[in-house]
Amino acid sequence: MTVQGSLQILVVLAILLAIGIPVGGYLYRVSTGQRSKLEGVFAPFERLLYRLVGVNPSVEMDWKAYLKALLLVNLVMMLFVYLVFRLMGHLPLNPDHLPSMSWDLAFNTAASFVTNTNWQNYAGEASMTYLGQMIAITFLQFTSGATGFVAAIAFVRGFINNRRSSLGNFWVDIIRLHVRVLIPFALVFAVALVGLGLPETLQGAQIAHTLQGALQTISRGPVASLEAIKQLGTNGGGFFNANSAHPFEDPTALTTVLEIIAMGLFPTALIFTFGKFMRNRKLAIMLYSFLIAMVIAGVFVVYGSEAAGNPILHHLLGITGANMEGKEVRFGLPLTSLFVGTTTAYTTGAVNAMHDSLTPMGGLIPIVFMMFNLVFGGKGAGLLNILMFLIITVFLSGLMVGRTPEIFGKKIEVREIKLATTAMLVHPFLILVLTAIAVTTKTGIASMNNTYLHGFSEVLYAFTSGAANNGSAFAGLNGNTPFYNVSIGLDMLLGRYVSIIAMFAIAGSLAMKAVIPESSGTLKTDTFSFGFVFVAVVVIVGALTFFPALVVGPIGEQIQMWSGQLSP
Amino acid sequence: MAKSATFNREIISRAVGDSFVKLNPRVMIRNPVMFVVEIGFVITLLLTFDPNLFGGHYPATQRAYNLIVTIVLLVTVLFGNFAEAIAEGRGKAQAESLRKTKTDLWAKRRTANGGYETVPATTLRKGDVVQVAAGETIPADGEVMEGLGSVDESAITGESAPVIRGAGGDFSSVTGGTKLLSDELMIQVTVDPGESFLDKMISLVEGASRQKTPNEIALSVLLAGLTLIFLIVVDTLEPFAHYVHGSRSIDVATLIALLVCLIPTTIGALLSAIGIAGMDRVIRFNVIAKSGKAVEAAGDINTLILDKTGTITIGNRLATEFIPVGSHTEQSLIEVAVLSSLFDETPEGRSVVELGKHKGVAYARENYHEANNVEFSADTRMSGLDLANGQVVRKGAVDAIRQYVRQHGGTIPDDLEPKTNRIAKEGGTPLAVIQDHEVYGLIYLKDIVKPGMRERFAELRKMGIKTVMCTGDNPLTAATIAEEAGVDEFIAEAKPEDKMRLIRTEQEDGKLVAMSGDGTNDAPALAQADVGLAMNTGTSAAKEAGNMVDLDSDPTKLIEVVAIGKQLLITRGAITTFSIANDVAKYFAIIPAMFMAVLPNLKALNIMFLTSPQSAILSALIFNAIIIPLLIPLAMKGVKYRPMSATSMLMRNIFIYGVGGVIAPFIGIKAIDLIITALGLAHV
Repeated sequence: MTVQGSLQILVVLAILLAIGIPVGGYLYRVSTGQRSKLEGVFAPFERLLYRLVGVNPSVEMDWKAYLKALLLVNLVMMLFVYLVFRLMGHLPLNPDHLPSMSWDLAFNTAASFVTNTNWQNYAGEASMTYLGQMIAITFLQFTSGATGFVAAIAFVRGFINNRRSSLGNFWVDIIRLHVRVLIPFALVFAVALVGLGLPETLQGAQIAHTLQGALQTISRGPVASLEAIKQLGTNGGGFFNANSAHPFEDPTALTTVLEIIAMGLFPTALIFTFGKFMRNRKLAIMLYSFLIAMVIAGVFVVYGSEAAGNPILHHLLGITGANMEGKEVRFGLPLTSLFVGTTTAYTTGAVNAMHDSLTPMGGLIPIVFMMFNLVFGGKGAGLLNILMFLIITVFLSGLMVGRTPEIFGKKIEVREIKLATTAMLVHPFLILVLTAIAVTTKTGIASMNNTYLHGFSEVLYAFTSGAANNGSAFAGLNGNTPFYNVSIGLDMLLGRYVSIIAMFAIAGSLAMKAVIPESSGTLKTDTFSFGFVFVAVVVIVGALTFFPALVVGPIGEQIQMWSGQLSP
Repeated sequence: MAKSATFNREIISRAVGDSFVKLNPRVMIRNPVMFVVEIGFVITLLLTFDPNLFGGHYPATQRAYNLIVTIVLLVTVLFGNFAEAIAEGRGKAQAESLRKTKTDLWAKRRTANGGYETVPATTLRKGDVVQVAAGETIPADGEVMEGLGSVDESAITGESAPVIRGAGGDFSSVTGGTKLLSDELMIQVTVDPGESFLDKMISLVEGASRQKTPNEIALSVLLAGLTLIFLIVVDTLEPFAHYVHGSRSIDVATLIALLVCLIPTTIGALLSAIGIAGMDRVIRFNVIAKSGKAVEAAGDINTLILDKTGTITIGNRLATEFIPVGSHTEQSLIEVAVLSSLFDETPEGRSVVELGKHKGVAYARENYHEANNVEFSADTRMSGLDLANGQVVRKGAVDAIRQYVRQHGGTIPDDLEPKTNRIAKEGGTPLAVIQDHEVYGLIYLKDIVKPGMRERFAELRKMGIKTVMCTGDNPLTAATIAEEAGVDEFIAEAKPEDKMRLIRTEQEDGKLVAMSGDGTNDAPALAQADVGLAMNTGTSAAKEAGNMVDLDSDPTKLIEVVAIGKQLLITRGAITTFSIANDVAKYFAIIPAMFMAVLPNLKALNIMFLTSPQSAILSALIFNAIIIPLLIPLAMKGVKYRPMSATSMLMRNIFIYGVGGVIAPFIGIKAIDLIITALGLAHV
């Protein structure tokens, strides 16, 4: 670890903060229907879309109507891309003549992209036609991120409502978000990326003759457009198998910095949007401070652990220095560590290094961030998880100050606790049970690239990534088998929708409650004291749930490495 | 109500018996956390008989280990049952003594033709009329229709001084089981059998009608959720271990031990005891809450509506100042005033003498026994003395005095009028004082705020509760008293509808309102309020409408009820936090131990240096059991509550029960491990 390296990390995060504040304000204005300077461009386009979809933008939806629309749209999109993946071998824009996908891989991929996970059991350049990349992958990278975002906004409206059932209008929310935020931002970013060297073409792979006379197939395609929304939409599903470690996705240190900022932009800005909605800047500052502190702590653990290297190599082979296996020299250790930490904190899932090759401690951080799934978290989904844990924290701390717990003036009662507990249960259930099934079945074990503890980490990482809708892979696990395609597919779908449904039910119930005015007996949720309790609850509940699994995985492996033993 | 000892031998021995009775699974299932422990106990019991029940080739020594786990699990369940039984025990003892007052009562019921028949009290219906003579026990709750008599209510209130009950007004309700000491009463029965106040009290103290409160249900849901999470965690551990080490795995007894250590057994075991003890605290405070929900609601109160007279103020106007008029000095005024009140036994009169004495003027009654005492009458509106020397001293309403002086040809000093007005404006009552027909000055009578009220309202403000004073006084008087007492708001010239309107508007803002009342005209407001505390001396309509009845008829008790309600929630929250925080240390004890055979490297996590895997697991399990009885006193007494800001209270409780909850088990488990090692049981 160096001072310069540490500064690199902190400066990037400072830039993110500086951009995040105004973007948070802009997101608030978009979500509350305020006019923009470019109203003349946006509004007619939106009106056209409302007419095309056939919706009345002035209709107010209660939680059930909103949820129904959201789930229906997601279902239709998933079926559509499933069909695209099954048929794309026979469809146009397939210059490299790639085949269609098998049913299980198509299911996994459709589930993966519709849930904003972007887990890839396929290698983009070898299995995805340009049509698939554009109308399935890139399309869902817009809509899935937007789905999470509007879900969070609708939930927040439930907090503000005073005995009013309306959570807004799903169609208006999702169309405005695309027109005013995602498309313009992605457009600008994509053009910038093209300028920085990313390819954007519909031509097939280039066959090159190397100096040694060999033939090399250089894959390319509409990369920049996908890359932009891949990062901005906290998607993470790369054009190429190597994701952002591939020089065409992320050619330089500058592009990697931009990509880090892009993937953090909306999740972090959303905290400020939330603060605006609640008319409580202090709350936003408090939440942001604790969450960014967790990010920084995590990133520095990765950085420290990778910089320390592997004592066994030192001992046996005399190799000293940092652990550079699986890392790109053009990014260096600090930016790689930052990418590792943030891609899982924001549950983007893009990778610019092979997580499988991290030291056990370095690999622990991304798993832990995904297990929490709320260190800013994915676009919208992260905020929903933060709110879910806020409800649990407020409940416990409300009891401790002797009042029926209330959050933002809304009483938390049996119904909310039931639903929040359900949402809280999904995550451990999926991760632990699916991992247990995988490590006890032959087919589960057969896919592991490594044995023993590291193999366990690969499987644990995969299901955690799926349940958290992250999509980053530890690599080293061959996921393209019917078993993993189906299990991770279900993992992603349940991880996403069960908690969204439960949270919507909470929003519906909260919306109808009266807002209780604050008094000096009210527990303030915007203080650092409360923030401390919030983080303590998150960390302790998370640790108690996942500690045994982590002991069998990265913690056990780290202890093994320290004690100088090689894997059996 | 008779105060019973917190833990007496009889209650404890009965509670021990009940702990076993409660092992019945049909009873246990109501408490999911402890039910899981009981199932664990059954499984380990089976494993004690056959260690290889679920496969494996365990040596015979495994039996001894399984047996110890089985015993500790049983003890854990018993401790939980004991906590509940002991909380119920106090109530049961009280209920028995109440039931004794109820049995074998007979009533003289008026028949249709006007005669009387003697019937068992249990056959009385609503609307029956009974006659009760001095020395008899009143057979049922009712309203006095005729007569006036003193009643001994000690069976209900524990207060031995008799109270007056009579027809009409706000003192007409009587309670079955109380004893008429004098005179004769005709009482109309107002309840059917089984619904009487006594019946309600019995079922309440017994906990039979105890329904879980909303917060308690919510907490139970969260605890069940945590239990489910840990069930998943523990169930998946075996496959994980099996994957790491194909042949060896973790034995079932150890997995159950881990599960029981992780699930929130501490709070699970104490949850219902906390609720029962909370209600019991309210009862011992001589307040009957009709439901636990009402007590919890008390902790959430935002607005407290209190009557001025009798609640905030003493209710009697007392002399606070002497104001001379004309050319008279204060000294001469005091002399006349004290003389005029020398034989005046009213509170006002006594306060004049008292204030005079305080200012150095005192007369002995003996010196004036030949004087003629003229008592206050509605006619003259003045009182005083006709002295032996022919002098006349009087004090009375200013206009009455003025009229008297004029009639006798005296003159009215010019400054009488402005000084009178000043007192009236400030909310006081002026009394004019004369000797013969010379006006000496004014006595300033004032409504006195009860001592300590200001501090109590300040406390309430700290709890975030707004106080509103209701009074029939004019706005000026009301403002003065409000200022003096330190209430936040007041309603002057208040009619019963105003109270109702206030409650409604506050509730529309999402606030919870508490009020106390005793009159029939308070009944609708008492019913509308979230917490309505009716006075036991009040009418039965008021008592029916409120959700709490104060047996001591002290309206300020609402403040204590608020504190008890808060304490109830805090105790639950604190023990829940403690319970969850404990798990951290238990992991450090059990995880390295259980993986000893599978992943020996994990001994690095054995940061407590526990002697052996068996000892580590048993120490954690024993600690988990022992902490339950250790916390029973806390559950019963409740966490100490002091009014302070919510945030500082949160930090205080997090520090004690959260941080403390993380640290305590490290010490406790290590200590138990040392004992187990010393006993040579570390390698069973």
